[in-house]
Amino acid sequence: MIVRPSRLEQLRQELFSSRLNGLISIALIAFLVTAALGLAKWALFQAQWAVIRANSTLFALGRYPLEQQWRLWLLTALLALATGLSWGLLRAILRSGPPVTLWPRNDRWALAVLVLLSLWLPMALRLSLAIQMRWWGITLLLLVVRWALGRWGSAIPATARRLIPLIWPLLYLLGMVLISGGLGLVQVAPSEWGGLLLTLLMSSFAILLCFPLGILLALGRRSALPLLRWGSVLYIEFIRGAPLITLLFLGQNILGFLLPGGMAPDRVWRAAWVLTFFAAAYVAEAVRSGLAALPAGQLEAARSLGLPMPQALIHVVLPQALRVALPATVGQFISLLQDTTLLSLIGLLDLLGTARTVMANPAFLGQSAEVYLVLAVLFWCCCAALGLGSRALEERLNPHSRSSANLSPSQA
Amino acid sequence: MLRRLATALPLIGALALVGCASDGGGIQSQKMAAIKSRGNLICGVDGKLPGFSFVAPDGSYSGLDVDFCKATAAALLGDPAKVTYRDLSSSERFAALGSGEVDLLSRNTTMTLSRDAPGGNALAFAPTTFYDGQAVMVPASSGIQSLKDVAGKPICVETGTSTELNLADRMRELNAAYTPLKFQSGDQTYAAYLQGRCVAVTSDRSQLAAKRTGFPNPAGHILLPDVLSKEPLNPATVNSDPAWADAVRWVVYSLIEAEEIGITAANIDAKLAEAEANKNLAQLRRFFGVEGDLGKQLGLPADFVVKAVKAVGNYGEVFERNVGTGSPLKLERGVNQQWRQGGLMYSPPFL
Repeated sequence: MIVRPSRLEQLRQELFSSRLNGLISIALIAFLVTAALGLAKWALFQAQWAVIRANSTLFALGRYPLEQQWRLWLLTALLALATGLSWGLLRAILRSGPPVTLWPRNDRWALAVLVLLSLWLPMALRLSLAIQMRWWGITLLLLVVRWALGRWGSAIPATARRLIPLIWPLLYLLGMVLISGGLGLVQVAPSEWGGLLLTLLMSSFAILLCFPLGILLALGRRSALPLLRWGSVLYIEFIRGAPLITLLFLGQNILGFLLPGGMAPDRVWRAAWVLTFFAAAYVAEAVRSGLAALPAGQLEAARSLGLPMPQALIHVVLPQALRVALPATVGQFISLLQDTTLLSLIGLLDLLGTARTVMANPAFLGQSAEVYLVLAVLFWCCCAALGLGSRALEERLNPHSRSSANLSPSQA
Repeated sequence: MLRRLATALPLIGALALVGCASDGGGIQSQKMAAIKSRGNLICGVDGKLPGFSFVAPDGSYSGLDVDFCKATAAALLGDPAKVTYRDLSSSERFAALGSGEVDLLSRNTTMTLSRDAPGGNALAFAPTTFYDGQAVMVPASSGIQSLKDVAGKPICVETGTSTELNLADRMRELNAAYTPLKFQSGDQTYAAYLQGRCVAVTSDRSQLAAKRTGFPNPAGHILLPDVLSKEPLNPATVNSDPAWADAVRWVVYSLIEAEEIGITAANIDAKLAEAEANKNLAQLRRFFGVEGDLGKQLGLPADFVVKAVKAVGNYGEVFERNVGTGSPLKLERGVNQQWRQGGLMYSPPFL
């Protein structure tokens, strides 16, 4: 019987295998501990978190009118509902094979993080009790729906189950209406959106639109039609040759001169389209790498089976190419999310812009370290979520991994 | 693109014609008509400048630059809340004004010849709302009273800026040797000053005051009276609409005049009642628009002064609230004092 070394023994072997290794390890550990202690000391005793507490609404929503904020609460509740539905359903389907607990290990972690966040964050921000209770309610809703669906989700008929993912695009459109108004709701001008709301809205809009656009451009670049091919090449190379900030300035300032007064779309939307067109060129190159990795025989085989070109592309070429291109594409999405901070340079109040205007408030001068730290954590969370999501997707799409074993190829 | 230009060109021509035609009418202003029909004023601000424009936790804009947006909106539309603020970076501010994205630029913009001239940025500047200028800050305990006392000592300065050149020029004028300690960024400069590596640090007066509020002991640092450069900060509009520029100009003057004759946001109602009751207070009656047609000549309501002062107070109140000794910035009035107190704030007569 093989005795597995204990954790401690393993650590000893990794860190102190030789005298030199031991010295390096000690130096590194000492450095890390001092840095962590210094940060903790600063965060607990020296930092003045009042700037975050007083401006938490501003960081979250910008100057969104107070009397319309119920719309965003409704949207958050709907998002929690949809998340619970999808999450529960995912577990319910996976459970059909080998016996798995209702809450696998990863889910228990997520559960703990969610509960702790909803209890600690509103309290740390000193939000009023009514608002704290709203956060508890929303978290409870998410978890209850997740539990119920995980428990009885497999009993839902397959046809209905297949429709459930459709709630996401519907929710996105509904969210747009809730945020901007229309359909009987008071209009809230885009200039009043801000903070995390604007950052997420801009990046999600650009991510959703740049992906199909990028695929079309990549196909165009490999097209046999010279006009289409050269058009795509020109577009991609032009966009990749210009820094994003110059394109943003172009969109903000030149459009106003070119279009007669009032014709140009709102500056927030102008920026959103610039981001979209910019990211599309890079996504196109990522997708092209996926297309290039695919043996030419795949397309030829599909065509020789009698599939028309669009069908051959949709059913044979693209699913394989996109799987290869996925990591690079998600990398592009993450950098797109970070690129939204450039919006603060053209005077939009995204997360960074809001932070800068908060730091200009004479009441909070000199507290920039606190603000930047919170910003860094927020951005890290958003990017980490994107990264985790993409890794889970890769895992599911990978034909050789275990978790996709019970998915039919058409689903993959 | 070309077709758009082609359709836009006749439009621009037509606009120019209308502009010429309106010269005879005197008070027809496309901008003012547009603002009135839109129902709010679009005001370009910095949005990130302590004391001048920033967003308060409740989402409202405040600051000295912002107050002039409010006063203008109050004078033209009767409501200081009818302003849409647009944050502009310094590189896009003139383009935004030129393309009509904003009606009024109230964004700590220094008035210079090339920005005013038709061959330059072609702006129309309103009167100065804040006389800024390069200053020198020293620790209060150092006993330094003026720039001369700094001679022979190290001064922290950000390199590659006009600040650095102004300092060198002035010290040469004073025939005083000094050691410039140059830094790449503002943060490094102030950090070095706080560590005591130099006895003085130099930048714009309002900048120094803002930085000082973040120091561990703000009261321990003073600004020397010497002024190393002139930075008059003025609101601006486009050159092509003189009537609108005049309206903005006289809104600014009205706040300065109100301070000179002792009218505040608190006492304006009493003063107004007094002026309405007493026919002998001719000057005050004209100022408030009780008699005469000063407002009408500008294309503004007769009581535009009353509306503006009620909205933000007189110039002294605006200054004190946002950057004055009562605010975190703790700036002295200095040259921003009324002319009777030896400052530069001077309104031409309301006649």
